[in-house]
Amino acid sequence: MHPAWSIIFFTSASGLGLGLAAWVVLGLIDLGSVVHLLIVSVFTFGLIGTGLLSSTLHLGHPERAWRALSQWRSSWLSREGVLAVLVLSLLTAWFGWSYLEGDVPFWIGLPLVFLIAVTVYATSMIYASLKTVACWHHPLTPACYLMFAASGGLLASIWLLALADQTLNSRIYHLTYCLLILTWLVKGFWWRNLDKKLPESTLESATGLGSFGKVRPLMPPHTSENYLQTEMGFVVARRHALKLRVLSIFSGGFIPLVLFISFPTSAVFLGLALSFHFAGVFVERWLFFAEAKHVVSLYYGEAH
Amino acid sequence: MSSEPKVEYSPKVSDEIKKTTCYMCACRCGIDVHIRDDKIRYIEGNRDHPINKGVLCAKGSAGIMQHYSPARLKSPMRRVGPRGSGQFEPVSWEEALSTATDWLGPIRDTDPKKLAFFTGRDQSQALTSWWAQQFGTPNFAAHGGFCSVNMAAGGIYTVGGAFWEFGAPDWDLTEMFVLFGVAEDHDSNPIKIGLGKVKGRGKRVVSVNPVQTGYAAISDDWYGITPGTDGLLIIALIRELMLSGNIDVDYLRRYTNSPWLVIRNPGAENDGLFLRDAAGEPQILDRTTGEAVSHKSKNASSAMHGQISLDGGGMAVPAFMILTETYMDDAYAPEAVADTTGISANRIRQFAADLAEAAFTKEVVIKQPWTDWKGERHDTMIGRPVAMHSMRGISAHSNGFQTCRALHVLQLMLGSIEVPGGWRFKPPYPKPPEAHPKPAGKPNQIKAGKPLAGTPLGYVLGPEDLLLGEDGSPQRIDKAYSWDAPMSAHGLMHMVISNAVAGDPYPVDVLFMYMANMAWNSSMNTRGVMEMLTETDPETGEYKIPKIIYSDAYSSEMVAYADLILPDTTYLERHDAISLLDRPICEADAVCDAIRWPVFEPDRDVRGFQSVLLDLGARLGLPGMVDEEGKAKYTDYGDYIVNHQRKPGIGPLAGFRGNGTQSGRGEPNPGQMDAYIANGAFWHKSIPREARYYKMANMAYQDFAVDMGICDSPQPYAFQIYSEPLQKFHLAAEGHGDIQPPEHLRDRVKNCFTPLPTWYAPFEGTSVSEDEFPLHALTQRPMAMYHSWGSQNPWLRQIHGHNPMFVPQKLAKEHNLSDGDWIWVTSHHGKIRVPVVIMAGLNEKTIWTWNAIGKRKGAWQLEEDAPEAKKGFLLNHLIHELLPAKGDGQRWSNSDPITGQAAWFDLKVNIRKVDANEPAESSPQFPALPRMNGVIPSPSKTLSYGLQWSGEKTKVRGEPKI
Amino acid sequence: MTSLPEPSAIKLGLVIDLDICVGCQACVVNCKEWNTSGYGAPLSDENAYGANPNGAWLNRVHAFEAGEAEEAKTVHFPKSCLHCEEAPCVTACPTGASFKRAEDGIVLVNEDWCIGCGLCAWSCPYGAREMDPVEGVMKKCTLCVDRIYNDNLPKEDQVPACVRTCPTNARHFGDLGDPNSDVSKLVSARDGFDLLPEQKTKPVNKYLPPRPRRQKDETPMSLVAMAEAQTPKGFWKWMDSTLEKLG
Repeated sequence: MHPAWSIIFFTSASGLGLGLAAWVVLGLIDLGSVVHLLIVSVFTFGLIGTGLLSSTLHLGHPERAWRALSQWRSSWLSREGVLAVLVLSLLTAWFGWSYLEGDVPFWIGLPLVFLIAVTVYATSMIYASLKTVACWHHPLTPACYLMFAASGGLLASIWLLALADQTLNSRIYHLTYCLLILTWLVKGFWWRNLDKKLPESTLESATGLGSFGKVRPLMPPHTSENYLQTEMGFVVARRHALKLRVLSIFSGGFIPLVLFISFPTSAVFLGLALSFHFAGVFVERWLFFAEAKHVVSLYYGEAH
Repeated sequence: MSSEPKVEYSPKVSDEIKKTTCYMCACRCGIDVHIRDDKIRYIEGNRDHPINKGVLCAKGSAGIMQHYSPARLKSPMRRVGPRGSGQFEPVSWEEALSTATDWLGPIRDTDPKKLAFFTGRDQSQALTSWWAQQFGTPNFAAHGGFCSVNMAAGGIYTVGGAFWEFGAPDWDLTEMFVLFGVAEDHDSNPIKIGLGKVKGRGKRVVSVNPVQTGYAAISDDWYGITPGTDGLLIIALIRELMLSGNIDVDYLRRYTNSPWLVIRNPGAENDGLFLRDAAGEPQILDRTTGEAVSHKSKNASSAMHGQISLDGGGMAVPAFMILTETYMDDAYAPEAVADTTGISANRIRQFAADLAEAAFTKEVVIKQPWTDWKGERHDTMIGRPVAMHSMRGISAHSNGFQTCRALHVLQLMLGSIEVPGGWRFKPPYPKPPEAHPKPAGKPNQIKAGKPLAGTPLGYVLGPEDLLLGEDGSPQRIDKAYSWDAPMSAHGLMHMVISNAVAGDPYPVDVLFMYMANMAWNSSMNTRGVMEMLTETDPETGEYKIPKIIYSDAYSSEMVAYADLILPDTTYLERHDAISLLDRPICEADAVCDAIRWPVFEPDRDVRGFQSVLLDLGARLGLPGMVDEEGKAKYTDYGDYIVNHQRKPGIGPLAGFRGNGTQSGRGEPNPGQMDAYIANGAFWHKSIPREARYYKMANMAYQDFAVDMGICDSPQPYAFQIYSEPLQKFHLAAEGHGDIQPPEHLRDRVKNCFTPLPTWYAPFEGTSVSEDEFPLHALTQRPMAMYHSWGSQNPWLRQIHGHNPMFVPQKLAKEHNLSDGDWIWVTSHHGKIRVPVVIMAGLNEKTIWTWNAIGKRKGAWQLEEDAPEAKKGFLLNHLIHELLPAKGDGQRWSNSDPITGQAAWFDLKVNIRKVDANEPAESSPQFPALPRMNGVIPSPSKTLSYGLQWSGEKTKVRGEPKI
Repeated sequence: MTSLPEPSAIKLGLVIDLDICVGCQACVVNCKEWNTSGYGAPLSDENAYGANPNGAWLNRVHAFEAGEAEEAKTVHFPKSCLHCEEAPCVTACPTGASFKRAEDGIVLVNEDWCIGCGLCAWSCPYGAREMDPVEGVMKKCTLCVDRIYNDNLPKEDQVPACVRTCPTNARHFGDLGDPNSDVSKLVSARDGFDLLPEQKTKPVNKYLPPRPRRQKDETPMSLVAMAEAQTPKGFWKWMDSTLEKLG
């Protein structure tokens, strides 16, 4: 699949923002000061909002984007949109309450956290629901999205904590590195699935010509590349992909882990850790698309 | 849930429908042009039309883009820069035409043959040939010489017709359809319709073709033959059929010359000629009396073997006996030909068995009484339901003429020509060579200021008909009808430029061409031709070809080499006649012709070429083109089509003559054009049922043909399995008669001019080392692109914007090639760098590519980085018009020695993977041509055709581009 | 309406005969020609005269090869929207622009609602949907809904443009929901099959397989059984008896 920057940024940024929002709502950060509340809310809304805005960049008709809220009965993209709007509204209310009332009761945030998780899940299901992309169509896909949102959000929260000179309790400390490690373990399993799983569809099943022998594309329908090829026929070299996987784990897992364990309270190093994590997730998302093979590419042959 | 959107079921389609004839290729289908707001809304096939019956191919469906092409020339132009630079200035028509007149007038007044007039497209040949004749030059032809003259001539000399517009398979009744080679742009829709019928009925389709694409892909049996060996396979099949007694003896005796007596008198001047009676009629041996009698005698029972002694010495035997002796040779046994043809003996036997089974166990009988030319009444029409078709694939070889003849002989052996279920003629065929004119152009037929004493092209019957000077030198610029190419019925357009530049046999003053892309895909040795066109005489500095007039509708590569450009119209802006005098569109069951008419008026300063030709003719005062006062006789081509009479009562169009109801013959009818337009731009008259088969021998058909003006008297004839004209040339080479080939050609004529079809290895293959050039290289036309025209068409060029070289699996493995790799392909003449695609369904010794997809940078108004120029390529760079030098330094033309047909498919090559650091760009590349219509305004980058009609329904961004 | 309607009784669709298709591209271009001025926005072409020309098409013909060397089979393979019963493109659409008609099963895009997100194209396994490069809306085969019910066209022309123009008659249009329709009969007689059945899209369009070729090593039919000539001498003997019969 063609790795479109707008979509990669959308899933990475909104995932991080939603993850952060969840931790904030769970009360991880003390929003006592107005300045602090402002910083946290701007950062959270910024991530979610720019992510969502970025997702409209690849639309042919962004001015009609509102229509995407209508088909929540069947479409995961629509559900994601509806949920995102709902979460943003509730989050606004939550921050408003925090501003006006100080602490919001913990139990009030719980349904919101649930909604946030469902939103991230909906984002992932946009991809995981597609039978046409075998490696996406797997339960580990939503797991990965949720884990990246959770670990990224936690890292962001801790950075914000450090920024406000708030203390990091040891449970959170342990949770953070555990979550980080677990996230990349889940992603590892996802990659293993991608590498091991034999495709269900073949050119033989795509053409019904298997009885004549092995089927090969001879001539593409048009010599000039078409939308389907640029959109769905993107191919990343295996060797190249492996390098990028290592890079993403290194940047998104190993470096943040080392920085976090070494400097658990340094705002500077935690900021750095978060940046590396974000970059790592960005690469991971690029690969999420680039390594995914769409069944339609069977018709065009893998190389073009 | 909301309700479904309402869909507009009956949107308006068009304001009006104008019916005309397509010209996106040479197939000539009827089209319905839907017009809305004075623009083309949609073009579809005309359901009533005899050719396409409603269907339309990819090219025809892309007609909108051709009609509005930015590559259309806009006005007459005169060259201002050096030739080939593409620098021109617009001039008025008056200036252009007077310039042309100034150039041509003095030639006609002094030496008319200094004009070489050649047309690429040949569908107004009735006019162009007549114009050349009236001008007085013999140097006229269309593109047949580099296309399929072997097929046409081989067919005419053997059966009085050939494939394509000459004849068609009996699609509805055939049990087995066999395709040899095939150019998919020829007769394309009728063949596709027919294939659908044959396959739809579950009948066998067989393809003999090195490449398994297109029609071959749907064959039930594919024989991936080695190029140039079809003749050998065919003779092996004939041998198998004979040895197993699977030939139609009754048919051979009745309708072919196989029982005719041939003189056997080795060394004598009559050896191999027919034994004729006092009236000149060939004779047969009567089995009952043992006497030789005229083949026309009604009660004789002709023998197929036996002999009689002749008084003058020697003896005579039936031609069939010679055929049997020749073809029963073990050299034609399946085992003996398997290696050469690339088809196993087993499969050759299977092929023969399939032919036999279809022909003799599935006989078709139609209960339709008919009378043959001897007056014998038959109760039924008996058919051998094997139908065949072939075109350029077997014909573009140096052995192509004999191979085409062999194919017809195979059909005759099966008794499957002009019978139910077989292959049938379309009027005006059948028409034997004797019924065609002979070519004019002998020294006494060319006179200053006078018309040529006959038509420039025709059919020779012996050495006495050749166009030779006193010294035996060729009279035509292309050396047609000389010993170089004695039976060159379509001329040798591919030799014109090189001969003219070499001054051999003489230089010309003006080269006048119409739609012939000689500076690119229509020439062998493309680079060489480009250089020749710009070559100057070192002494005078003048171009070797002093003046070039060129007419084309689009900015083809050739335009840059013209001195004067006469811009033609698109096919929707012109008059044309698809005439019985030329290459009509008849069916086996009907006589038909058709027109084109201006469905749109040109929005540029352009004129239809044929109208321009008539205007020029009038300015030159050519007979027939001016009235008594010397004024132009015809206002334009449309006027000519209606009012011209070739003979009294016979004009370009056969329908709606006289009072509007007469067919074939009749006075010119001023309302004829309107009648055609009202009838869908064509005319169709069914052949009576009794006349539909055995046309060459069927009196009902012969009488019908006379009524239709196809001929002036019945001319029944026998198919010529044994060809006496070929034997006459053979005898001349053996030293008989006054007209003999020059010494350097004597052996070649002796070997190749055999009265029975023969097979010899293609010349290029025998002139180069098999080790050095082990591979054959071919081109074929894709069905979605015609010649070079399609590249300017934004729809078609998305389908074929560049062409790969297809390489067989085994060869790819040997050279370690994968799809997308680049290779060098080298011949004795040149080398090209091309991209590769690997293919399984391909003869193991053959590589191939699509023809004419590669374009020169800047031509056809394409941007310079167009894939056609960067990745596309021509095979032409590897092919030379001459064969490699022989031991004596002599270089023969790379043509069939009999007809002069360009031997495109004899090409031998080798391949080598490119070095790692070489660019992924085809080679050779040539300097970019300036875009004729300028870079600004550039052809719109983005097209949204039809925006004006869809805008109502959907809010849109962007502006209409066309 | 982005949810699928109850399966319709009438299932309009195409039957494509791979045994007959010669890959001529007539259907491809005729479809473009009809539809660029038809339903919705034009089928536009970017870079029409330059490098990488790229346009929207609703129907494309691939060529595949199956098997090796002499036994290889080239198959031309037209492909357009299969108007699936379980159309994933419809349920994926977030705006309701994509819909399957309850009446005849045709899958359409309401271009006024389409936001051009491309998700329907992603969810289609067949590559049947193409984004228009200019208009930014999704284009797809409409089964020529503006022809098949169009009163401005003669009855016989009320078929999809690709079917109307196909020179070999390799494309058939009809109601695949009716077991007695010509197309349904064709499918059952010729073992028509689904593309990518494992994707569980239940396509309405069916493909008819190429007929199998004769095996290379099959023993040839005996010509000798048909006649007994075999040698030149035997041939003339046969000829004499044949001539006797003919007189």
